[in-house]
Amino acid sequence: MFRLEARTSTPAWFNLVLPFLAIVVTLILCSGLIAVAGAGVIEAYGVMLSASLGDSYAITETLVRAAPMIFTGLAVAIAFRAKFWNIGAEGQLLAGAVASCAVGAIPMPGYLAMLLMALVGAAAGAIVALVPATLRVKFKVDDVVSSLLLNSVIYYALMALIEGPWKDTFSGYPISPPIEDSANFPVLIEGTRLHIGVIVALIAAPLCWFLIARTTLGFQIRVTGENPEAARYGGINVQRVLLSTALLSGALAGLAGVGEVGGVHFQVMSDISPGYGYSGIVVAMLARLNPLGAVPAALFLAAVMTGAEAMSRATGVPAFLSDVIQGTALLAMLVALLFTAYRIRRVGAPS
Amino acid sequence: MLSSNVVPTGSTLALSAPLIEMRGITKSFGAVKANEAVDLSVAPGEILGLLGENGAGKTTLMNVLFGAYAPDAGEILVEGRPIAIHNSADALAAGIGMVHQHFHLAPRLTVLENLLIGIPGKSGRIDRAGGLARVNEIGSRHGLSLDPNLPVSALSVGEQQRLEIIKALFRGARLLILDEPTAVLAPSEVDGLFAALRSMAAQGLGIIFISHKLNEVRALTHRCVVLRHGKVAGRVDHPASTTSAEMAKLMCGHEIVPPTKEPSTPGASVLTLDGISTSGHAGTPLREVSLFVRAGEILGIAGVSGNGQRALADVISGMLPPNAGTMTIAGKTVAQFSPRELQALGLGRIPEDRMTTGLVTNLPLADSMVLPRVGTEAFSRKGLLNPAAIRAFAEAQIKAYDIRCPGPMVRAGALSGGNLQKALLARELAFDPKVLIVSQPTRGLDIGAARFIHEKFLAMRGKGCGIIVIGEDLEELLMLSDRIAVMYEGRIAGTLSGAEATVARLGLMMTGAEGRA
Ligand SMILES: Nc1ncnc2c1ncn2[C@@H]1O[C@H](COP(=O)(O)OP(=O)(O)OP(=O)(O)O)[C@@H](O)[C@H]1O
Ligand SMILES: [Mg+2]
Repeated sequence: MFRLEARTSTPAWFNLVLPFLAIVVTLILCSGLIAVAGAGVIEAYGVMLSASLGDSYAITETLVRAAPMIFTGLAVAIAFRAKFWNIGAEGQLLAGAVASCAVGAIPMPGYLAMLLMALVGAAAGAIVALVPATLRVKFKVDDVVSSLLLNSVIYYALMALIEGPWKDTFSGYPISPPIEDSANFPVLIEGTRLHIGVIVALIAAPLCWFLIARTTLGFQIRVTGENPEAARYGGINVQRVLLSTALLSGALAGLAGVGEVGGVHFQVMSDISPGYGYSGIVVAMLARLNPLGAVPAALFLAAVMTGAEAMSRATGVPAFLSDVIQGTALLAMLVALLFTAYRIRRVGAPS
Repeated sequence: MLSSNVVPTGSTLALSAPLIEMRGITKSFGAVKANEAVDLSVAPGEILGLLGENGAGKTTLMNVLFGAYAPDAGEILVEGRPIAIHNSADALAAGIGMVHQHFHLAPRLTVLENLLIGIPGKSGRIDRAGGLARVNEIGSRHGLSLDPNLPVSALSVGEQQRLEIIKALFRGARLLILDEPTAVLAPSEVDGLFAALRSMAAQGLGIIFISHKLNEVRALTHRCVVLRHGKVAGRVDHPASTTSAEMAKLMCGHEIVPPTKEPSTPGASVLTLDGISTSGHAGTPLREVSLFVRAGEILGIAGVSGNGQRALADVISGMLPPNAGTMTIAGKTVAQFSPRELQALGLGRIPEDRMTTGLVTNLPLADSMVLPRVGTEAFSRKGLLNPAAIRAFAEAQIKAYDIRCPGPMVRAGALSGGNLQKALLARELAFDPKVLIVSQPTRGLDIGAARFIHEKFLAMRGKGCGIIVIGEDLEELLMLSDRIAVMYEGRIAGTLSGAEATVARLGLMMTGAEGRA
């Protein structure tokens, strides 16, 4: 028989090994589903791998997919560090997308438009995140529930916008008018969709790490998350730290939406985000709330997403497998985290 | 499971085997040997004292017995039979109950519901009536009564502890482990606890009692085991006829001399409270409290706990803005009550609760040590931390205060109580405060660590710092203080000079019977 026993210390290499372990376990578990769907496991994973990382175009596609999840992953990681339970990155992303689309549609010089899109999009995300944070700070409303529910509010507001005032009168489709051509983000490699927003996302990760690890605000966020009582006694304005964290987190999620509008879709439609905000939670957990870890974690999920579509075409396994892999990865990581605090002991066998 | 079995080889040929026997227990945490070849036994009806300095390994040994840690070596025998204890359920099944220093209760549930947690009922239903009958029986047998329908959140700390004891008995404990039970009790509550423990022992229960207060150990226990650096340093067979000094020497390996208190001439007032009243606080509010402490003076605040001491500490440390009255620090009137503002005026603060208010147990020790001043020039510039300075500061303090730990980056929660207190003291004293407010400064500390803290206070007093010590240990207050103020129902009932104050006189004032300005 096996039993869990509390660990007295956690080896440092655990932090690196656990996410990989979780991913391996996930792939093994999901291979069962592939087999049930009637495809060869090796073949299916092979197609996934080559379609996501097999050639330079595939790699750029994976990077483009990863960018929004790097942003939402950072948003969630920073919020969770302060124990501000922001489950609302999806809504904040959508708010950022709508706001930047509105700005991008105004004729003005391209660089100015892009700058304004980023600023306004980030601000929109920040304002949305401020709602659950304020409710929690002022009225003790549970932030998990309020930030989650706000996602639906924002989504239906977006739908109302593209079904109503923004509706394309020419085609009748529920899509917003496109942004100005001059506001389209520059593409880095001709013939790919690799846009400048991807680079911004890759730079944002170390910046966020620096913020958390090396600034007084980051110190306050860490201490507030671990022990708000000691933080208050130590002279930290806990409420202000929570609000600042929310602003930061919402702004990052908003930037995910900006990148999708400026670099990928150039307009807003109902499926602009296939749940990138929720994937951000998976990214943050796989990264163990370390901003630097958000990059590899987002790349993994992006590879799964791009790969799953190709696998579906090639083997007939439904592309939904990508969602299953994501969900399983989150569960596997949560179980893996248990092993930082506990270990398994064999008991009772010999008497 | 009575001891009609063969007595195992190696045990002495006693008529009845001991209730519990631990043999050769060794347990290491990394490089730290918390327990090394420890032997210990408890007979039915015996109260065993377990003594030792902070970090000597008492809690670890008891956690091994209770199944929280697996020992690296050694065995545990219950009534002569070797038994494997892998978790608290195994321990409870073997008749071992433990009252931890931090209680494990569900605050929203009632007393009865807490007792019934984890007890399988009949066919999936909870047996409330049966539970109620047992609570009442346990209560009347040992004088441990509690209203079974009260929610735990409405209980005082002493009552929660009583509930933990009842819980252990409820689950059939025949050996009860109490880890520093008196550290959280007011002196008046200690008598009630001791009466209950004696009654349990008289009925054949074995008890292991951990405390740093040697007079309690002498009054209660039948026998003592002393640990030092994880090993058994000695045993005391007749605690009642052994002096505290002898026990202290066994614990520390050398004699503990009380610090000498030089006479001092206090200077001008460094902290003045004038007509301070509060409201909106969980405990007793303050009602027009006026007091002062002068440079080079120690003011003791005595009183039965719950008479406004918490509010007083919170006001002075900036956690609770008063709704009337003024406070001045070094001649400057406090405009805004916040920890940061008061700190800037030269106030040092050491909170009553080290773990919840003082430190961040999951982060490195260095972070806790710079927490209140991380925004100052010493540790950051323009919002950017200076990690090298933070580390160097923590390392210097670890050295200066002999804080026993693997280094500044260790999790603060891994330190023992005495070392945590030293860390808190170090972080405040490093900045030469003009005024220092401390609550229960030596709660849970061994004699040596307590002496160290006392010496630091007296040295600060010598350097002209004004110190307020809020405490319940009257002997400690009498030894340290130049003046003692007594709090009663949120007011200062009176202030005595060090020469006038005696335990008897203070005791009388604490009940509100005598006032003296
Ligand atoms: N979980 C742990 N991880 C690492 N070290 C630990 C852990 N628990 C205890 N230690 C170390 O083991 C030693 C013994 O600690 P223990 O808590 O048993 O002491 P104690 O005698 O109960 O002290 P105190 O009187 O302060 O409560 C100490 O050096 C402590 O730092
Ligand atoms: Mg202990």
